[in-house]
Amino acid sequence: MKQHTSIFFWLLLAPFALWLILLVIIPHIDMLGIALREQTAPREYAFSFKNFIEFFTEPLYWRTFMRTAVMSILATALTLLIAFPVSYYIAKMLRGRSKSFLFLLCLIPFWVSELVRTYGWMILLRETGVISNALQWAGLVSGPVELLYNDAAIMVGLVYTSMLFMVVPLVTVLESLDDDIIEASYDLGGNMWTTMRQIVIPHAMPGIVSGCIIVFMMTLGNYLTPNLLGGKDSLWFTEQIYTQFITRFNWELGSAFGILLLLLSSLIVWLGLKLSRQTLTSTMT
Amino acid sequence: MTKNVTAKDSNTSTIIDLETRNVNKHYGDFTAVDNVSLQIEKGSFFSILGPSGCGKTTLLRMIAGFDEPDSGDILIQSNSMLGVPANKRPANMVFQHLALFPMMSVADNVAYGLKQRKVNPAEISKRVKNALESVDLGDSGKKKISQLSGGQKQRIAIARCLVLEPKLLLLDEPLGALDLKLREHMKVELKQMQSRVGTTFIYITHDQSEALVMSNKVAVMNNGAFEQVGTPSDLYYHPETSFVAGFVGDANRWKAKVTQVDHVRCTTQVANGPALRGKITGTKPIAVGDDVDVFVRPEAIKIIQGEDKPQESDNSLQCRVVDLLFNGANSAALLEDIATGKELHVALPQTGEYIGLQKGESLTIAWSQDQTHCFSARSKSTSK
Repeated sequence: MKQHTSIFFWLLLAPFALWLILLVIIPHIDMLGIALREQTAPREYAFSFKNFIEFFTEPLYWRTFMRTAVMSILATALTLLIAFPVSYYIAKMLRGRSKSFLFLLCLIPFWVSELVRTYGWMILLRETGVISNALQWAGLVSGPVELLYNDAAIMVGLVYTSMLFMVVPLVTVLESLDDDIIEASYDLGGNMWTTMRQIVIPHAMPGIVSGCIIVFMMTLGNYLTPNLLGGKDSLWFTEQIYTQFITRFNWELGSAFGILLLLLSSLIVWLGLKLSRQTLTSTMT
Repeated sequence: MTKNVTAKDSNTSTIIDLETRNVNKHYGDFTAVDNVSLQIEKGSFFSILGPSGCGKTTLLRMIAGFDEPDSGDILIQSNSMLGVPANKRPANMVFQHLALFPMMSVADNVAYGLKQRKVNPAEISKRVKNALESVDLGDSGKKKISQLSGGQKQRIAIARCLVLEPKLLLLDEPLGALDLKLREHMKVELKQMQSRVGTTFIYITHDQSEALVMSNKVAVMNNGAFEQVGTPSDLYYHPETSFVAGFVGDANRWKAKVTQVDHVRCTTQVANGPALRGKITGTKPIAVGDDVDVFVRPEAIKIIQGEDKPQESDNSLQCRVVDLLFNGANSAALLEDIATGKELHVALPQTGEYIGLQKGESLTIAWSQDQTHCFSARSKSTSK
């Protein structure tokens, strides 16, 4: 009997274990190996920290690195600020059909690929785009205006892309808050602000943190949106990795960058959990 | 039942804590609260008793300030509460599922309302400590809500309100979630707590025994309107409508036609059944030929044994024992009228004299005319 259960256990675990080993662990170990070597002669490599030293001595690299981190944190914060009222409205103010309808509205943009969605923004923002033309037509500007290829355009694209991944955990966690508890807060003399701060947000904390983790990781690792909306000046760290691997065939430096990006995202998520006094398990359940 | 009916008997100088004047509330075509007017004296334990969906929760929520009436006025100590939001009303509510804040400690739950009022921290901790001690949970302040038992949560929910010294404490069926034993215990505890603190309690429930045991006064509510307001014993002995007679306490019920009326009594004929004599009760007049509901309580019926004979004036029936429902002090016999097959409940006091009763046995039952209530079938509850 004991033997049977353990066989079934391993059979059930096998797909997951294979996925983890083949697609996550082996590539990363290999990447670490590539990152820690240096080409000394054709087809000859030696162990070296050269790639990591290069990252820290070349300002462009680590400035891009920090800029990506700061912009991602900002994008996460903005997404949270916009998604929270939306989620609160969906979870607590609406009932029945209008609730599912609004939730569906949040979902609909995700029926098309990220590429199409981003091109949608380009149609709106470019020099000959909808907004530029509308402003000229209204007489507010004299010539065409370029709204693409700046940080604000990147931010808009990133927040838009991330919305759903913040709204879903927030709606779930807010729905689990009894209306009674909100009413009790008012009944005991609380106003809207104190109820939000002392009752709703503490209750929603696991959802807020898990939404933030997902959005932050997606933003940090995003390539398409910063590249298309930010253009050549977007300076997103994933573009540096792409350049090293594809343009310069410098797999060693590219791997080092990959490892550093992994360390950075882990560090920031860990810090976020510490600051919000949450644990990874409490936010994922 | 209880002698300590507060200062309400000297009604010359009583303070009215809550008054509602012709309060109405509609949801679409549905009338949730229909022209309710009431006055509740300071320091009383007032219950609103009614089946689910009768509008009692809506009425309580309007008093608390979560809903506004469509018309009418709500006054707490003579101040109109129309347009006053829930967080500004001198009334606090104990919710059906208590609604304690799980993200806070027990002490923080009790302190919450005081903090909203910007009471200084030293004063808060003193009052929280007193409040916790008054509900015998003096050492539980640091505990989490999830560490408390059902009864303890109940007491914290009440302490959290009473620490604010409200004019009214509103209780929305707070005992519903407790198991039977604890519920019986909490009934007594709530009643004692109320007479100790002297705050006016307004308690809504669908459980008649909760309302009867705890209250000074009970309002029986049906279809959004009050059927009768009175002391528990009034409702039990002098129901004014057939709904009250059927809802408060248990009752055996017949539908009958009036054949004879003399002053306060009438004789009725149950179709294909017995003729029953009883008191004309309720607010509606009764005339010969009217349809009436005839009620008699299980505990008013005597089982005639041995040589005893029913009195001339009593109603009596020949019955067969269908089943014996043993339940300690609340035991009953399920009988069947031999002539019509109608089932009747008869209380069996466990004094030993009915111990020999057997299933299938035939016997005679009797009850006095004074214990028989005849209501016009066109009573308030069916007039809609």
